[in-house]
Amino acid sequence: MNAIAEAVAWIGDPAHWTGPDGIPTRLAEHLGYTGLTVLIAVLLAVTLGLYIGHTGRFRGISIGATGALRALPTLGLLTYLAIAFGFGIRLALIPTIIVLVVLAIPPLLAGAYSGVESVDPRTVDAARSMGMTEWQILWKVEIPLALPLIIGGIRSAVLQVVATATVAAYISLGGLGRYIIDALPVRDYTKVLVGALLVTLLALALEGILILIQRLTVPAGVRATRSA
Amino acid sequence: MFTSQRGRLAAGILAAGTVLALTGCGAGGDPLEPGSEPSGDGETIIVGSAGFAESEIIAQIFAQALEANDVTVEFAGQIGQRDVYITALEDGSIDLIPDYSGNLLQFFDEDSDAKSSEEVFAALPDALPDGFEVLDQAEAEDKDSYNVTQEFSESNGVTSLADLANLDVPLIVGGNPELAERPYGPQGLTEVYGVDAANIQFVPISDSGGPLTTAALLDGTVNIADIFSTTPSIKENNFVTLEDPENMILPQNVLPLINSEKASDTVKEVLNAVSAELTTEDLIELNGRNQGDEKASPEALAADWLAEKDLF
Repeated sequence: MNAIAEAVAWIGDPAHWTGPDGIPTRLAEHLGYTGLTVLIAVLLAVTLGLYIGHTGRFRGISIGATGALRALPTLGLLTYLAIAFGFGIRLALIPTIIVLVVLAIPPLLAGAYSGVESVDPRTVDAARSMGMTEWQILWKVEIPLALPLIIGGIRSAVLQVVATATVAAYISLGGLGRYIIDALPVRDYTKVLVGALLVTLLALALEGILILIQRLTVPAGVRATRSA
Repeated sequence: MFTSQRGRLAAGILAAGTVLALTGCGAGGDPLEPGSEPSGDGETIIVGSAGFAESEIIAQIFAQALEANDVTVEFAGQIGQRDVYITALEDGSIDLIPDYSGNLLQFFDEDSDAKSSEEVFAALPDALPDGFEVLDQAEAEDKDSYNVTQEFSESNGVTSLADLANLDVPLIVGGNPELAERPYGPQGLTEVYGVDAANIQFVPISDSGGPLTTAALLDGTVNIADIFSTTPSIKENNFVTLEDPENMILPQNVLPLINSEKASDTVKEVLNAVSAELTTEDLIELNGRNQGDEKASPEALAADWLAEKDLF
């Protein structure tokens, strides 16, 4: 308990809220890595997931391949890419974002394809019989109905990326990982705990926001049926 | 439905395969496996090593040399960093571990003003906790060293840390994050060698002067890098190690740190004989064979070294 009190006191110290190693800067960097990663991963994985969900093609291979990629240890992959690229330290952001995207893809993909698949086939058939094109079915029927599961995938991806973005500090970038990676070798465990606490709080805050969004995206019709 | 299950199964098998393949790479024998059949007077010495290859190689040399002299040895390698293995030493989990003189002294006595190799060695007995002692130190040394590329050295006329104060380009220092806090880090360059603090940037790279640090120095992300002096990449890339005329960086001679109860005359004799032969060049060569294409195991390297030196 004492250690946590010390960490909280550290966070409360105004001196730690300014400058390049201050909490706002590190928090902003951390959110930046997370945001960029999730943006790229959503573009890739949700697109692929919608395609798989709608057509039912390449399901096994996509899921298998992305799942296997995720099993690679992030820190090892990061070091490997940073060296293999030849510019990996000068442009440290590139290997960092790649390893985080790899981590974010499987939950996003799962959310998107299972969301589309969960739509009642009779609803899709009804839309088709009304004369909707495949694009219209996807945009007007499948995506709105799949949205809560898609957001669920984003929730899970954000959680993992926020927690893992600490590795950015390993190859000279910033973020909340700096507190952990800088303080560990000099045995400043208060600061290590500060880093861990801030990451936890950030993850919880983002989780809360996304749960709210997830609830709001349940279509009105579906909500009415559920409460009935 | 069936597609779904097959997909998941495929994912599972692929994932499991990858994990197995990856964990397989790191396995270099069981570190807790006892070294040999018990013999001698029944007292067992547990030899530990820190969590990096060089320490494990030296620990293996200690262990094999002791075994060859009928001392019963157990081996417990790769025990993290100093705070972890010192705790292991104090609670009796291990009895003997190779260490480095300067860092060991600083661990127990932060304020010591010992500078030279001899001064550091002389200060150690008082600094160590009761019940532990160090035996003779080897000439072999592995310490932090500042390195620049040959091109940088030539175009800026830099061969010593003392030349850095007159540099007209910003100094971008790469090293482990803790270097920023160490007395021989950027602040040491300012206080000891008069480099303008405003002219120093620090880039933290967490691989202890390993391949990432080497890459950063080669691609110009940093123009000076802290790399351990026995790292083969210094020679391979023709880096110039800057001299340290003021002894800002503490000497780091290899020496055995041992529980006094286990330091019998035989043990002392054997380990002192090892230290008498171990040189810095030996360490560079052993590290090179371990990290290079050969990937020789610490056990094999230790055996080769003992044979080459004609010890025991």
